[in-house]
Amino acid sequence: MRTAINLFKAFGPLCLAAGLGYLAESGEMINPYWIQIFQLACIIAISSLGLNLIYGFTGLFSLGHAAFYGVGAYTAALVMKSYGGESQYVFLAALLAGCAGAAIVAYLIGVPTLRLTSDYLGIATLGFGIIMKVLFDNIDSFIPQLGGARGMTGIAKMTTVPWAVVFLGISLILVRNLIHSSYGRALVSIREDEIAAGTMGIDIFRCKMAGFVAGCALAGLSGGLYAHLYAFLHPSNFDFFKSVDVLMIVVLGGIGNMSGTLVASFGWIFLLEGLRVVLPPEYIEFRWVLIPVLLIVTMLVRPEGLFGFREFPFLSGRDDE
Amino acid sequence: MEYFVQQVINGLQIGFVYALVALGYTLVYGIVRLINFAHGDVFMVGAFIGLYAIERHHLPISAVFLAAVGGCALLAMAMERVAYRPLREAPRIASLITAIGMSLFLEYFTALHQVFGPDYYSFPRPFAVTTWEVRGITLTNIQAIIFVVTLLCLGLLQFVVYRTRTGRAMRAVSYDYVTAGLMGVNVNLVISLTFALGGALAGVGGVLYGIAYPQVNTFMGVMPGLKAFTAAVLGGIGSIPGAVLGALIMGQSETLTAAYLSSTYRDGIAFLILIAVLVWKPTGILGTARTEKV
Amino acid sequence: MILEVAGLSKNFGGIKALAGVDFHLDEGELIGMIGPNGSGKTTVFNVITGIYRPAGGSVTMDGTPLVGLSPHAINRLGIVRTFQNIRLFRNLSVMDNVRIACHSHVRYGPLSALCRSGGFYQAEGEIWEKAMHLLSIVSLQDRRKELAKNLPYGDQRKLEIARALATEPRILLLDEPAAGMNPFEVGRLMEFIREIRERFRLSILLIEHQMRLVMGICERIVVMDFGQVIARGAPEEIRNNPRVIEAYLGEGSGGEG
Repeated sequence: MRTAINLFKAFGPLCLAAGLGYLAESGEMINPYWIQIFQLACIIAISSLGLNLIYGFTGLFSLGHAAFYGVGAYTAALVMKSYGGESQYVFLAALLAGCAGAAIVAYLIGVPTLRLTSDYLGIATLGFGIIMKVLFDNIDSFIPQLGGARGMTGIAKMTTVPWAVVFLGISLILVRNLIHSSYGRALVSIREDEIAAGTMGIDIFRCKMAGFVAGCALAGLSGGLYAHLYAFLHPSNFDFFKSVDVLMIVVLGGIGNMSGTLVASFGWIFLLEGLRVVLPPEYIEFRWVLIPVLLIVTMLVRPEGLFGFREFPFLSGRDDE
Repeated sequence: MEYFVQQVINGLQIGFVYALVALGYTLVYGIVRLINFAHGDVFMVGAFIGLYAIERHHLPISAVFLAAVGGCALLAMAMERVAYRPLREAPRIASLITAIGMSLFLEYFTALHQVFGPDYYSFPRPFAVTTWEVRGITLTNIQAIIFVVTLLCLGLLQFVVYRTRTGRAMRAVSYDYVTAGLMGVNVNLVISLTFALGGALAGVGGVLYGIAYPQVNTFMGVMPGLKAFTAAVLGGIGSIPGAVLGALIMGQSETLTAAYLSSTYRDGIAFLILIAVLVWKPTGILGTARTEKV
Repeated sequence: MILEVAGLSKNFGGIKALAGVDFHLDEGELIGMIGPNGSGKTTVFNVITGIYRPAGGSVTMDGTPLVGLSPHAINRLGIVRTFQNIRLFRNLSVMDNVRIACHSHVRYGPLSALCRSGGFYQAEGEIWEKAMHLLSIVSLQDRRKELAKNLPYGDQRKLEIARALATEPRILLLDEPAAGMNPFEVGRLMEFIREIRERFRLSILLIEHQMRLVMGICERIVVMDFGQVIARGAPEEIRNNPRVIEAYLGEGSGGEG
């Protein structure tokens, strides 16, 4: 295991860079389906990184992450559809709008709920997620362009491999910089012991809010990218199961572990899609029988997640300088 | 007015079914602090057992209930043994994720053609439906059965928890399982029995649900499961009367929303009430706050 | 008078945990608080630091009322505490435990942290120096990379004190700092408490069951029983006070809890 990790440390980024160069040069040599899957994995990784910030680092149990992902997706899609055409600049603005939209909604829901503790916060966010799903289902009666339960079509396909990779890279660097700063340490102290943190001068509510809003903003960004990847949005893309998906990624990778989230996101998406290809068509429904079994076995064998506390070097902090 | 009373009665009907499921959540959470996400799927299995008992084996109604109770109790106990017990000392999130995994597994495994199958199946009526009309309000014998069976189960549960040795052991384990173990309580057995009790209630709920809303599918447990759990939290998790109260509120809110607003907002309003209640009273209506010793 | 507690009361359910507690702490003073288990000493700490809200009474620091303020606001006014049942950030390194307590004096903004500006590196360096300095005072500088939960019990108590000092307090509340220590260690701890009081110009209020420590270093002693102050005064007065002997010393002095 350790050797494998060391090898990955050394060659992982290199291989990634090389692979990207290859992809960029010869997009036609790889099945476009797999390219799309790769982009999806980047997008899911951004959203999971957001949830890791919320749950893994700040210790706020959220079961409604997909709702913020959805807010970001619909906001970005609406901006792009209304003003964008095919402009890259408007696309960037749309992504920012998605990010901001999710952050604002997170703030509004955070004000009443972030005072709740552990499981109760989980239930409240679960409830919020379901409320948002109901809202997405009925949203066409307020904003017809968003399509409601019929789904939203006609979104420009703007998300490309470079965009997905660049935004994932930026998100990783930002989260890393935050975590290895005084502000990040404040967030982690809340996860570790709220009472002690407060007594040591950490403004609990403000820090919780900051962590929550930042994590949801990442979900919003990821939602915006998602909207412009498949060019179609449906409320079922943002239901309870999608919230559970990201939570599973975060826990599988290891709570409060960015490297783990990254690997688990790619592993998760490629496993899902890989099984679709590997399994013969008549056994395709076994996919969802196998995945939960793998999940349960992983938890039984490694309850602390696959990665525990180890980080890739470029994501780890420096205790000595 | 008649319309309103009629809706309230319909709301009671679904509320009572939710109550049976909510009790399982509350019992299990009270004792091991686990949100057993797979509980809604135990309810689904109960409905399918009912379906097969009636359709294939033509069992009398009491035997149908017994089969569902037995099957679901065994299933819940097996789940606990295989998936949750090994993780009792692990971080709580690990068992939660395992519960989610268990839930997905039950849903998709039973959806295989070799098991229950992926379609919607109609649930056979084990008896003819009779309706009574009182001052413009319709009552059915289905509703009567749901009320009677649920109240019986509640009484029985109350008896078990507060009047038997097992019940006392359950309360002791729920309060502090380490100490209870030191006092000679067989903790594993008590936890097993709690799961069995919860499963049994869900089995009854599944059959009643099948009788009242005669269509079953392997994903039918998801929404009632979430709502029943929400009901348990709303009422104050760990509290038996709380779970029933919460379930009745959930039942009313969704029926009345469907009746007066729009059925598409049904689920939304129920959860809006949940958030409002939690903000007002963070441990639910009848829940007691545990203050942390500092 | 830097801290004044007046008429403090607090109920848990039907139990009166505090029933009108009055005492004060002068600038630079070192006061001991003693009393049998369950007499309300830790509850006083919890109310002063804002963890519990009192049912009545007031706490003022330099004239500023503290009741109703949140724990972090009270900390930023200069009050800090340690905990009877040690509450370190167990899964974090020794270094991080201290650095977290430096957060309220952080000298760069979140944006600067996200972009890792020059100011960020400089300020982080200063935080590191400060934490190292505090760790060296408690001789834990060489264990800075270890997780707090892996430290031996005595070192965990020391780390809690170092962490508390990192918030730059004026008032330090110590909750049974000598619990579980042997006589030799208690002697060293007494030295240490005197030393940090001088060095950081602290006013200290400490709860302790070890009579040798309380009698040895405290200028004044407050005795509590059943949520009330039953005696206060210099150590020798307390030693001879019949009510105290009855309530506390009579049960066998030097008990620990």
